[in-house]
Amino acid sequence: MLAIENILVRYGSITALHDISIKVQTGELVALIGANGAGKTTTLTTVAGNLKPVTGDIQFENTSIASLSPEQIIRKGIAIVPEGREIFASLTVEENLKLGAYIRRDRSEFKRDLDETVTMFPILGERIHQQGGTLSGGEQQQLAVARALMSHPKLLMMDEPSLGLAPALVDQIFELIVKLHDSGMTILLVEQNVERTLDIVKRAYLLKNGRVEAEGAPEVIRKHVDIESVYLGSKVN
Amino acid sequence: MFSLDFLINALSLGSLYALIALGLVIVYGILKLVNFAYGELIMVGGYALFMLGNLPALPWLVMALIAVTIAMLTSYLTERVAFRPVREKSLTAILITSFAVSTLLQNAALLIVSSRSRAVQFPAIFSGSVRLGNVDIANRNILVIVTSTLLLIALTLLLKRTILGIALRAAADKFQMTRMLGVPANLIISVAFVISGLLAGVVSLFWIGRVGSVTPTIGLSPLLIAFVATVIGGMNSLEGAVVGGYLYGFLFSIISLILPQNLLDYREALMFSIVILILLFKPEGLIRGTYSGERVG
Ligand SMILES: Nc1ncnc2c1ncn2[C@@H]1O[C@H](COP(=O)(O)OP(=O)(O)OP(=O)(O)O)[C@@H](O)[C@H]1O
Ligand SMILES: [Mg+2]
Repeated sequence: MLAIENILVRYGSITALHDISIKVQTGELVALIGANGAGKTTTLTTVAGNLKPVTGDIQFENTSIASLSPEQIIRKGIAIVPEGREIFASLTVEENLKLGAYIRRDRSEFKRDLDETVTMFPILGERIHQQGGTLSGGEQQQLAVARALMSHPKLLMMDEPSLGLAPALVDQIFELIVKLHDSGMTILLVEQNVERTLDIVKRAYLLKNGRVEAEGAPEVIRKHVDIESVYLGSKVN
Repeated sequence: MFSLDFLINALSLGSLYALIALGLVIVYGILKLVNFAYGELIMVGGYALFMLGNLPALPWLVMALIAVTIAMLTSYLTERVAFRPVREKSLTAILITSFAVSTLLQNAALLIVSSRSRAVQFPAIFSGSVRLGNVDIANRNILVIVTSTLLLIALTLLLKRTILGIALRAAADKFQMTRMLGVPANLIISVAFVISGLLAGVVSLFWIGRVGSVTPTIGLSPLLIAFVATVIGGMNSLEGAVVGGYLYGFLFSIISLILPQNLLDYREALMFSIVILILLFKPEGLIRGTYSGERVG
C-alpha cells in the first residue's frame, strides 16, 4: 500500500533522513522505532506531505505522492495522529472532529460517524462541547485518534500515541491500536515504548541517524536493540 | 457619571476601531503577517466611493456596496499577486512585500487621482442627528454602532457555524495540522484576505464619512489604530482585537473628555503611554489568545 523509497529529507541544511525505505502492506500494522532524533517523526510528516523529499519517492497505492500537498495526501487516504497530538485548543471537541471529517462533506454521514466515535470514545461524548485545550492528555490523545479516523483513512499513521500518558492509559492506547488493526485498518506506528510495540506488531523498522538500521520480525529488531544497548550502554527507547 | 451622548460617541468610536483591528488580526492570525497594506484597502474603498460619486446618480447604498466589494477584491488580489509568491520565504520577505504593496497602492492613487484630497459625497442621513431625551445623537454614530454590531454577529456566525469558519480558526492556531486534515492552505488564506478587505471596505465608509474626503495617505491613521488596539487586546485572538478596539475607543474618548482643552493635542501621546504601560505589564495584551507562533511556510 505504502512504499517509501530511498528518501532523503532536509530541514534547511540539516539532513534528517539520509536514506529511508519502508513498506507497508494493506492491512498490516508496522512499527517504526529508534532513539530520539532518529528521524521517525520526519518520516511520518514527509509521508503526510509536510516536508518534501530531496531525492527518492513515496508511492501510495502505486502512484507517487511525493510531490503532493498535505491537503491532497489526506484525500488519497492517509491520516496522521501527529507527535504532540496537535489538538486545536480553542475549538470544541465537536469542532475538532468536524475538521477531521473536512474531506467528507456529507452532513448525515458526519452525524453517523460522530455517534460511532462517541461509542468508541465515550469520554469524548461527555466532553463534546468542551474546548480541546481543556482536555487531559489522555483525552486529547483519544481526540487526536478520533479526529484522524473521521476522514476514513486507508492508512493511519500514529506518532508516539502513548507519550506522556499514565500507565493505565498507555494500556488503553495499545488496546485501541490492536483493535483498530483487527478491524482491518492499516497502521504505521511510531513508538518509543519498544517492548510493548514489538509485542503487538509482526514487522518493524529500527531507524538510526536517518537510516534504516534493521527491519523485520520483532525478534530481529529485539536483537538489534540489545546490541545497540551494549554499545551505547543504554537502552534504545 | 458619563452622559448618554458621551457613551454613544465612545461606543461608536470603539465599534469602528474594533472593525479596524479585526481586519488586521484576521490575516495576522493565519500568516503571522502584520499587513502594512491594510490601511491602503481603506483608501481604495474611499477612492472607489469618490469615483462612483462622479457617475450619474447611483443610489448611495449601491455605491457603498460596490466600494466595499472593490476593497475586498483588492485585498484578495494583493494576496494572489504579491503575498502568495513570497509566502514560503522568510517573514522578512513577506513583511517587505506588504510595505511594497502599501507604497504601490498609494502611488497608484497619486497617479490616477491626485495627491490632493478629494471630497466624497455622503447622503444627508450621515450628517443628521436624532434627539434622544435632551441630547442630540449623530446619525453617523448610530449607523456605525448598528453596522459593526451586525457585521460582528455575522462574522461570529461564520466563524462558529460554518466548516470554513471553523477551519479558519483552526488554521490560525495550527496551520500545518489544518492542512493535514485536508483544508487547502490557499483557500483559507484567500478567505482571510477577503474578510480583511470586507472589514476595510466597511471601515472606509465610516472613516471617510467622518472626515468627508479621501487622500492617498488616509490609510495611515487606521493602520496605527489597528496596531494600538491589537497591542491592548492582544494579537493572538480575534476576540482580543475586538476587545482592544472597543477599549481603545473608550480610552480615547475618556482622555478627550477629561483632558483640559489646552492639553488635547497630547491625547495621542497619552494614549501611547498607556500602550507602553500595557506592553510592560501585559506584553501579550489583555486577551491572551490561543494562537501558536507557528508560521505558514
Ligand atoms: N524543524 C526542524 N528543524 C531542524 N531540524 C529538525 C527539525 N525537526 C527535526 N529536526 C532534526 O531532524 C532529526 C530527526 O528528527 P525527528 O523529529 O524526525 O526524530 P524522532 O525520531 O521523531 O525523535 P523523537 O523520538 O525525539 O521524537 C533530528 O536530528 C532533529 O534534530
Ligand atoms: Mg518524533
